[in-house]
Amino acid sequence: MKHEAILRIRNLTKNYRSGSRDLTVLHEVSLDVEQGATCAIVGPSGSGKTTLLGLAAGLDVPTSGSVSLNGISLDGLSEDEKAEVRSAHVGFIFQSFNLLPTLTALENVMIPLELKGEKKVRAKANELLEKVGLADRGGHYPSQLSGGEQQRVSIARAFANRPSILFADEPTGNLDGETGATVEKLIFDLNKDAGTTLILVTHDLELANRAGRVIHMKNGKLQSDSQADAVSL
Amino acid sequence: MTKFNWLLKMAWRDSRKNAARLLLFMSSIVLGIAALVAINSFGDNLSSEIEGEAKALLGADLEVSSRTPIPDEVRERFDSLGFEMSEEMSFASMVYFPKNEGTRLINVRAVEGSFPFYGEIITEPADRANDFTEGKNAMVDQTLLLQFDILPGDSVKVGELTFHIEGSVLEVPGQSAITTTVAPPVFIPFRLMEKTGLNQLGSRINYKIYAKYPDDFDNVIFEEFLSPWLETTELSFDDVAERQQEIGDAYSDLTGFLNLTAFVALILGCIGVAGSVHIYLKEKTNSVAVLRCLGASGRDAMAIFFLQVLIMALIGSILGAVLGAVIQYVLPALFRDFLLVDVAIELSPMAIGEGVITGVVAAVLFALLSLLRLRKIAPLRAIRASVESGGKDRAPLLVGGVILLFILLFSKVQLESWGSALSFSLGILVAFALLAGLAQLAIYLVRRFFPSGSPFVLRQGLANLYRPNNQTLILVVTIGLGTALITTLFISQELLVDKVKLTSAPESRPNMVLFDIQSNQVDSVRNLTRQSGLPVISEVPIVTMRLESIKGRNVEEWRADTTANIRDWVLSREYRVSYRDSLSESETLLRGEWQEEAGDTIFVSLEEGLREDMKVDLGDELIFNVQGAQIKTYVGSIREVDWQRMQTNFLVMFPPGVLENAPKFHVILTRFASPEQSASFQRKVVKDFPNISIIDLQLVLETIDTVLSKVSFAIRFMAFFSIFTGLLVLTGSVLISKYQRMQESVLLRTLGARRKQILLINALEYFLLGSLAALSGIVIALIAGSLLAWLSFETSLKPNLLVLLVVYFMIVALTVVIGLSNSRGIVSRPPLEVLRKVV
Repeated sequence: MKHEAILRIRNLTKNYRSGSRDLTVLHEVSLDVEQGATCAIVGPSGSGKTTLLGLAAGLDVPTSGSVSLNGISLDGLSEDEKAEVRSAHVGFIFQSFNLLPTLTALENVMIPLELKGEKKVRAKANELLEKVGLADRGGHYPSQLSGGEQQRVSIARAFANRPSILFADEPTGNLDGETGATVEKLIFDLNKDAGTTLILVTHDLELANRAGRVIHMKNGKLQSDSQADAVSL
Repeated sequence: MTKFNWLLKMAWRDSRKNAARLLLFMSSIVLGIAALVAINSFGDNLSSEIEGEAKALLGADLEVSSRTPIPDEVRERFDSLGFEMSEEMSFASMVYFPKNEGTRLINVRAVEGSFPFYGEIITEPADRANDFTEGKNAMVDQTLLLQFDILPGDSVKVGELTFHIEGSVLEVPGQSAITTTVAPPVFIPFRLMEKTGLNQLGSRINYKIYAKYPDDFDNVIFEEFLSPWLETTELSFDDVAERQQEIGDAYSDLTGFLNLTAFVALILGCIGVAGSVHIYLKEKTNSVAVLRCLGASGRDAMAIFFLQVLIMALIGSILGAVLGAVIQYVLPALFRDFLLVDVAIELSPMAIGEGVITGVVAAVLFALLSLLRLRKIAPLRAIRASVESGGKDRAPLLVGGVILLFILLFSKVQLESWGSALSFSLGILVAFALLAGLAQLAIYLVRRFFPSGSPFVLRQGLANLYRPNNQTLILVVTIGLGTALITTLFISQELLVDKVKLTSAPESRPNMVLFDIQSNQVDSVRNLTRQSGLPVISEVPIVTMRLESIKGRNVEEWRADTTANIRDWVLSREYRVSYRDSLSESETLLRGEWQEEAGDTIFVSLEEGLREDMKVDLGDELIFNVQGAQIKTYVGSIREVDWQRMQTNFLVMFPPGVLENAPKFHVILTRFASPEQSASFQRKVVKDFPNISIIDLQLVLETIDTVLSKVSFAIRFMAFFSIFTGLLVLTGSVLISKYQRMQESVLLRTLGARRKQILLINALEYFLLGSLAALSGIVIALIAGSLLAWLSFETSLKPNLLVLLVVYFMIVALTVVIGLSNSRGIVSRPPLEVLRKVV
């Protein structure tokens, strides 16, 4: 059964000005991602995968093309309107964890809930920390947590607002093998429980193969798409 | 949770780990606010005091004064209105203390009647002010008695009469301590005034009538009848309201000026806040980007930190206001010599409120320059650090404009003049621009001519001046401005003192003036002078006269003509005129021809300023009344006069052959070689010629120096608020950049640098920063001093190198000490331990 596309990208292009010439980082990329899918975008450094992630999440403005997220077209939205869309529908996991250093682990998890204006925020955040195995570390600051622990808090935060779509940018990029594997398992388990659409950027092929769909990028273009290949097969 | 509650909560959460840093930023404004609150509170208390004691300041309800005897018509009119009257004659004269042969120029005051009607002359023994007139007694200013070691019971000779000193005068209504430094008063009975023999031709006697209104007197009578009538006479007059206004205006000028020095301290503090907040918020860039990824708007992110700044500004302002409320208790002692009233200090809620509001507004405005940037931080920065913040933003420019407007409006309130406010604001702007420009130039020069071959320590210290997130600009501007202010104050004081130093040239210049010499005394005085070993440098005859008519119209007609614009003093003045066949050293002929000998037509020479005020030119007719005789003259030449020279200078000069037979008195200029010779000569003159007054330049300079020292001490006290603010900003900036410096120092340690090397690098960096700031400030001060010398004092600047060197070394030393105190902890502990503690 075909699921509705939660992410629709059409002819997305992104150019940057470098000195006197334009650099095309993304060249007319089009793709749809179905609701509930897990999708990995892989490619070497400079292939445009992070750029694609940023545009898909509404963090950047394309040179041309369009992005539609959960049925909402991001074209023409102001930055504040895009922020509202993210608050309602999007979760993030960053390579560098990006926890707010002056907030405790619990408070970091609470932010998306508070931005959404939800009630019983503390209880919900505690629940999430428990799910990632850090219920007893809620009062600690990021500087008091290891890399793996920080990423687990980041994962809890990403799921806090029950997003429709979760973007993860190299989530295990700054972690050692063992810790990375733990974090990886956590992301997929929680994602399965929540039924969220997961879009994962990585250059770790092993991680990518855990996803249901793998998109290869090179030089700003889609090289291959396992979903398209499967269809064509 | 409402949006505002969430913003407040986030501001609180973030501030927990940054409270000390935030408080440090705000400490920069504490001193500026403290100074403002102290001055304004003091000013409010002073105004209340002046209002409450207005009558005591005048000592009467009305004071009428004149340089000539007041006509009986005035007494008759006052009598008809039921006024109680008291009369006074006062003038400068020499006194002689027979006990130790001391002499001094003083202010003789001969008062009759019940003056003062309000307030009292405080004497020791008490209540002797009115009783002493019964005998041949005098009451002498206390400082004068102390100066000459004279006690009540001793005697003092005033003119031909010797008085018994009945007691000392401690306080006189309407007279400040500083004026008694210049001319201490000696009170004698009015009835004995004539017998002193001092009322002679040429004596500058001030005649006064003090009037007390009857209890049922309606002030409308004064405003609608008496005042207009007095305007038609040639008399000066003041009522209580007028005197209160004059005094209030004078102190308002003083507090306005002092408020400006306090405002400069506040601006310095705000610059410090701006710099510290800028660095602080740079560290928040990633957090803001992450918040935006999570769904917060740019405005929300800015609002979180805006709330932090606002709350800290409020705390800092309140602390400043509390400090100011305490400091105000010191101010009466600081300004005691200049005050006419005893000021009782009370808390002034208005001043405290104004201070807090000013502090909050100023700090927030300056912090806004960096806060506004937060709105534009792209969320993409969370995943790509190299992303630039977006778009053109006009808001900082707008805020900059508002800041300038704020400065302009504040200074207008203090200075009460748009012109002065504009000059002050432009001056601040130019100073900042110059300092910033000098800082940038220094950085450019260091980079351009970087000594690549020099030792590592030197290269590292120099490179730190322009590393990313350096504070070179902020520190140079704040410390430099404080330095500029203090140095300018020193230079101004020296300019003022130099201006009145009249004996800088060698032996030909006079340093003593004998005046009020009668014609029958001049030969004897001349001989006495020579016998005492003093030269008679010049001898000048003086004739008094009044202006009768100008260009064929008499002075009454000119006075009545409101379109004429001739200043009243020109028309009603008693002119003191002399005659000479040539120009003196202090005169320059601007136009016309000097008449060496009077012919059929008499050509007089006018000083340029008088010519301008009199609205005449070469060839115009002037008729003078010389003690009843009318003399027709024409304007023959115009002179420029150097009034600062120590010699007799005249507005009007006649040629020889006109005034020789007119009643006149004389002035002799001479020069003494030592204080002992001066004292001995003065004793002889006063003994033999008690009517002659003597100006001793040494005494004049000492008096001026005393006055200036008191004034400049008060101003320097206020200026130190700026210096201490600068030090706080320095401390704050050094501490704010602690983390960055720690990382650098720890990295160097890890790579193998020794403790001494790291300390030297830091010391060198601070030495260079301090030097740059101090030298920039001194350059600004020299520019300001040169402008002051040229425009205000009409002289040239001769800077005191010793003072400049002391200022330089002090600023540099303080900068290095504060900077190094920060580095101590880093170099003595293991690198990882340091990093862990920081994080």
